[in-house]
Amino acid sequence: MKFTLSWLKQYLDTNASLEEISEKLTALGLEVDGIEDKAADFEPFKVAYVKSAEQHPNADRLRVCQVETADHGIVQVVCGAPNARAGMKAVFAPSGSYIPGLDVTLKKSEIRGVESNGMLVSEKEMQLSDEHNGIIDLPEDTKIGTKLADLFGLNDPIIEISLTPDRADCAGIYGIARDLAAAGLGTLKPLDTTPVKGSFDSAIGVKLDFVDKDNTPCPLFLARYIKDVKNTESPKWLVDALESIGVKPISPLVDMTNFFSYAYCRPLHVFDADKLQGDLRVHLADGGETLMALNNKKYTFEKGMTVISDDSGVLEISAIMGGKDTGCSKETKNALLICAYFDPVRTALTGRKLQINSDARYRFERGIDPAFTVPAMEMATKMLIELCGGEPSHVVTAGAVPDITREIEFDMAKTKKLIGLDIPEMTQVEILEKLGFTVSKKGAHYLVKTPSWRGDVEGQADLVEEVIRVYGYDHLETLTLEKTTATNKEAETHKTWLGRKARSVLAARGLLECVSWSFMDEKMAAVFGSNDNALTLLNPISEDLKHMRPSILPNLCQAAQRNADRGYANAALFEVGPVFQGVKEDQQPLCAAGIRFQKAKDKNWNEQARAVDVFDVKADLFAVLETLGFSPDNVQITRNVPDYYHPGQSGAVQLGKNVIGYFGVLHPLTVEALDLDGDVVGFEIFVENLPEKKYKGASKPLLTLNPLMPLHRDFAFIVDETTDANAVLVAARFTDRKLIAGASLFDVYQGKGVEEGKKSIAISVTIQPEGEALTDKDIEALSQKIIAEVGKKTGGVLR
Amino acid sequence: MLNKALEKTRRLSPNTTMSNFAELKTELTAQIQAANDLEKLEQARVHVLGKKGKLTEQMKTLGSMDAETRKTAGPALNAIKEEITALIKTQEDGLKRQAMAEKLSKETIDITLPIRQEKKGAIHPISRTIEEMLTIFADMGFEVREGPDIEDEWHNFDALNIPEHHPAREMQDTFFMPSDENGKKYVLRTQTSGVQIRTMMNEKPPIRVVVPGRVYRSDYDMTHTPMFHQMEGLVIDKATHMGHLKGTLKAFCEAFFEVDELPIRFRPSFFPFTEPSAEVDIGCSRKDGGLKIGAGDDWLEILGCGMVHPNVLRNCGIDPDEYQGFAFGMGVDRLAMLKFGIPDLRTMFESDTRWLSHYGFDPLDPPSTSKKKS
Repeated sequence: MKFTLSWLKQYLDTNASLEEISEKLTALGLEVDGIEDKAADFEPFKVAYVKSAEQHPNADRLRVCQVETADHGIVQVVCGAPNARAGMKAVFAPSGSYIPGLDVTLKKSEIRGVESNGMLVSEKEMQLSDEHNGIIDLPEDTKIGTKLADLFGLNDPIIEISLTPDRADCAGIYGIARDLAAAGLGTLKPLDTTPVKGSFDSAIGVKLDFVDKDNTPCPLFLARYIKDVKNTESPKWLVDALESIGVKPISPLVDMTNFFSYAYCRPLHVFDADKLQGDLRVHLADGGETLMALNNKKYTFEKGMTVISDDSGVLEISAIMGGKDTGCSKETKNALLICAYFDPVRTALTGRKLQINSDARYRFERGIDPAFTVPAMEMATKMLIELCGGEPSHVVTAGAVPDITREIEFDMAKTKKLIGLDIPEMTQVEILEKLGFTVSKKGAHYLVKTPSWRGDVEGQADLVEEVIRVYGYDHLETLTLEKTTATNKEAETHKTWLGRKARSVLAARGLLECVSWSFMDEKMAAVFGSNDNALTLLNPISEDLKHMRPSILPNLCQAAQRNADRGYANAALFEVGPVFQGVKEDQQPLCAAGIRFQKAKDKNWNEQARAVDVFDVKADLFAVLETLGFSPDNVQITRNVPDYYHPGQSGAVQLGKNVIGYFGVLHPLTVEALDLDGDVVGFEIFVENLPEKKYKGASKPLLTLNPLMPLHRDFAFIVDETTDANAVLVAARFTDRKLIAGASLFDVYQGKGVEEGKKSIAISVTIQPEGEALTDKDIEALSQKIIAEVGKKTGGVLR
Repeated sequence: MLNKALEKTRRLSPNTTMSNFAELKTELTAQIQAANDLEKLEQARVHVLGKKGKLTEQMKTLGSMDAETRKTAGPALNAIKEEITALIKTQEDGLKRQAMAEKLSKETIDITLPIRQEKKGAIHPISRTIEEMLTIFADMGFEVREGPDIEDEWHNFDALNIPEHHPAREMQDTFFMPSDENGKKYVLRTQTSGVQIRTMMNEKPPIRVVVPGRVYRSDYDMTHTPMFHQMEGLVIDKATHMGHLKGTLKAFCEAFFEVDELPIRFRPSFFPFTEPSAEVDIGCSRKDGGLKIGAGDDWLEILGCGMVHPNVLRNCGIDPDEYQGFAFGMGVDRLAMLKFGIPDLRTMFESDTRWLSHYGFDPLDPPSTSKKKS
């Protein structure tokens, strides 16, 4: 919302400075976004007299002028303008001033060997117009030293505020003046709402055609026929006023409606009465009607939208936009002025459905002052006649003024309770009354009646806000919120803890944490298994951010490729964030996912280069499991993986039937879909699928140290090449749960010495004696048991 | 020492074969000192102290001496043995040191060779910022609550006093999702405030929680991304008022930006779910294109807040005549940018490894509320 200081002062009698007004606006909740003060910007530019203009010795088109200035004495200026001549009054810009149209700050210079100080400027260079045929040429009697801003009427600062959606009353400058007056920054001037006498009955009538008369979208509709108008050109003051706030002047009838919108938050409409057929009817659309609107777009109405029609069809989208065919033009001779009240809710819904943003919709949907409808009709008639002449009819009235005011029982102790300040009741009453509320005593409390322009005030809390807003938020105390308990039960939730631990361990393992979009390309989502339309945004910002991600891997892979493309290969990336399996709360689990791309190691003096492989990410996954309190020894590795993984080089980690995560090489088709240039391995852990362990107190189980040394025995078994190494390890490990503390794999071999289709698996078993040392015989017996068990479980034969 | 022993012998028994002993000692000493490697030293040791060694032979003669002679010869020989033994040890140590020095001199490698490659990971500044914020709020007694990113319209709008027609509902540029089979409408949450509702419906006051999370708005330019992060705060009890809100936010901002005294300004504003509502500015200075938080003559808008709207309390089954409290919401990404000097919001989500390494954090340095040095 933009307005000029002088426009504001038409309604507010004040001596306050621009700065005071600006500060008060912000303090009232009408946040000042910016102030454009041309007078300050144009301060250096003043009228000067060109004493002489001689031909430049070295350039045909340049003249060397001696310029008499107000502040700099006689100054030499080299000027290229064709109209530069001795004896003229021009505008001088001194060295050091900033020329907005050229975006330069002037410096003393030499032009083709002749010194030049400052310049004589054109309107274009000052961004006053596009005029650039010559420098500004002023009447001879213009006084030297007159400010440019004064000459062009630019002394009026433009204030822009950002208006919160509750404050419809301040969508008009008069409302802003009222707020400032309430805050003690002057007096609100009354409006002249003297009725204008009509001399005949309007040829056009109005009918409110609604079935549900108690709940109509248009409770009040006023119209007035004005004959013999001349819609030619608006006066300068109106043109300047509209232009200053960025509204394009069109014709007096249109400019007037815009003026009322901005000045009083009172949208109007003017029909060309000669283009209407029969009476006006305000009604709900049947559906399917169409209208070419003033914005040159054709709209089709849904059943139930509020429209205005005549015998020919729909003329206007109520409260939003008029039709092109019945609008006013320079030729308009007879006008029909409309001033009506429309329901905010239905205006908002229709506007949103039709996707029309107009000044009228903006105001009606926030809620204008219904009580102002009748006075506004009189003020508008008066202005219309002043601008265009003509003779008004009697006002045609359909419906009655709706009462949107409320009576709120206000316990002023609530103010202290909510904001902690002791504001005397008298002060609170005074503030509310200045804002237009009517306050009366009701027992120990007050009865506060809201003004008709404050539909946003609904209850006590709103009244408290009105009081503190005017009283000043800067009075608020700064108090400490005392801690109520010594311990904080959930300073971190289990989920927060899972995420933090996973992030820490992955970053410590050398992966960089990313935060990537929760949505992705639909096709890519399908590659990663999500074909669910329920997860596609209805209004995505772009096609590649359309579908809620089923997996974090594609985002990471694409990021790794982008990095490689700019010369940074071998990315190791991870992210901890949500993935989406459905719209329900439990279908948006937290996932820790990571990838390693291209090479695990570059070639170096110490090692061969090595491409990433499945065991890199298996290690990452295991590290996360371990840091979250789960031993990798206790999970099962299966081949239950989604299709986007390589079927032979990937695995799922399960705790019973519960899938915790996946790891492995991505499927070649996935790599192709992602357009990746190199090997890629990835892992995903659904950390919330890990069962939450019951907290057993901070105390750890007692540590008992075994005094007996552990022993190690190595075995090599020949098994089928399809046998999982882990099966051998598990068989050995659990041959004797008491004595065997662990088994590790130290060699896998296929080739010479091992039969085709077989492989050799060498393991080392750790034996931990309990209580007494083992004899050679005991160890031999245990070894035999291990060999037998491995044979039984895997078919392995001791090599 | 050796000389002393001989002196002693001489003094005790001038008539014994003292001169023989002295000769023997000189001879043995020379042999040991001549051994220039460990092998030769061992030969010398056997020659002197072995079963048939010269000194051993001499010792054997003690038995056949008369008592008087033995009285002086015995100690003299023993003294020589001790000293020769010590000499051998000294010689051995020297030779060993010499051998090791020779060996080490051949083992020198180029220690300027690079170390084995290790990747260096980092925590994203957004995660770090959330952790820092949670640490500060935990210190003030706040607990953490979370909620879903895909939220139903009731939790995201209606319960928060934003009715269907409300301009705020459009103002926020919501991403809409298809309705489910029961006609229930879903959106990507435009704010973490939906979790306020869940918390108030599931728990009884007093409530004191913060809610971190991703939020979404349909906006993409220099200063807006379609996804960003918010942290919501909610306090509900019987007496917490706007003065506590101001104190809490001031304390938070001072802890977060690590300044002892931070000017803070409340301005009236509008949020459908709070009444009265405020936007909060903190003091800053903008000079030479730089932004310094804490000092200065300018204000920086940092968050929105207010007293929870009675309608919101009612929607959650809490009696607004008995309970009240405040809520606030702040942009995590923006706080991260301000604190860590990150100039462009969009770079947060680009996963450029150079950026991640540069702006990222050491995982082994968790946040704390202690003021950083320097």
